Amino acid sequence: MAMSSEKIIQFLKEAFPDAMIDIKDLVGDNDHFAVEITSQAFQGKTRIQQHQMVYEALQGHMGTHLHALSLKTKVPME
Amino acid sequence: MSALFDQIQNDISNHDVVLFMKGNEKFPMCGFSATVVQILKRLGVSFKAIDVLQDMELREGIKAFTNWPTIPQLYIKGEFVGGCDIAREMYQSGELQSLLKDKGIPYTE
Repeated sequence: MAMSSEKIIQFLKEAFPDAMIDIKDLVGDNDHFAVEITSQAFQGKTRIQQHQMVYEALQGHMGTHLHALSLKTKVPME
Repeated sequence: MSALFDQIQNDISNHDVVLFMKGNEKFPMCGFSATVVQILKRLGVSFKAIDVLQDMELREGIKAFTNWPTIPQLYIKGEFVGGCDIAREMYQSGELQSLLKDKGIPYTE
């Protein structure tokens, strides 16, 4: 029930090619991550929609293989 | 499943603030649930806590209902507000307080 940060980044890069991704493995167990992701794709979306887009990008792994992913989504500054 | 969705719909319609969480407000069983409880308590908001650990069907059903893969889930006036990250972000920025004010739900500053 764990997932490497490389794997997470790979999923996110596929869905958000322009994204700047900052990922921290909070306790070093490949199971508790904090991700900050900045992408144009979030423009005009509500926060809930932005997070749903990220969960979608993780293709069902969130809540199953990935237990704890603290998420922060951002739109790049102009 | 639809009886369960009806029950969820009832719960979020009949209570201004509902938190689907792991454990209860006295004994949260997960750090994310505990964080949201703490925020609501700090704001002095009364809320209905629903412990999804008591009901496996609800635990999965609420994820499908909201289209959100994780617990906790905060509902205000029947609308999904977010999970732990969004609730915390909104609390820190004051957006959560504005939302409560807009919805006419009493809270303390």
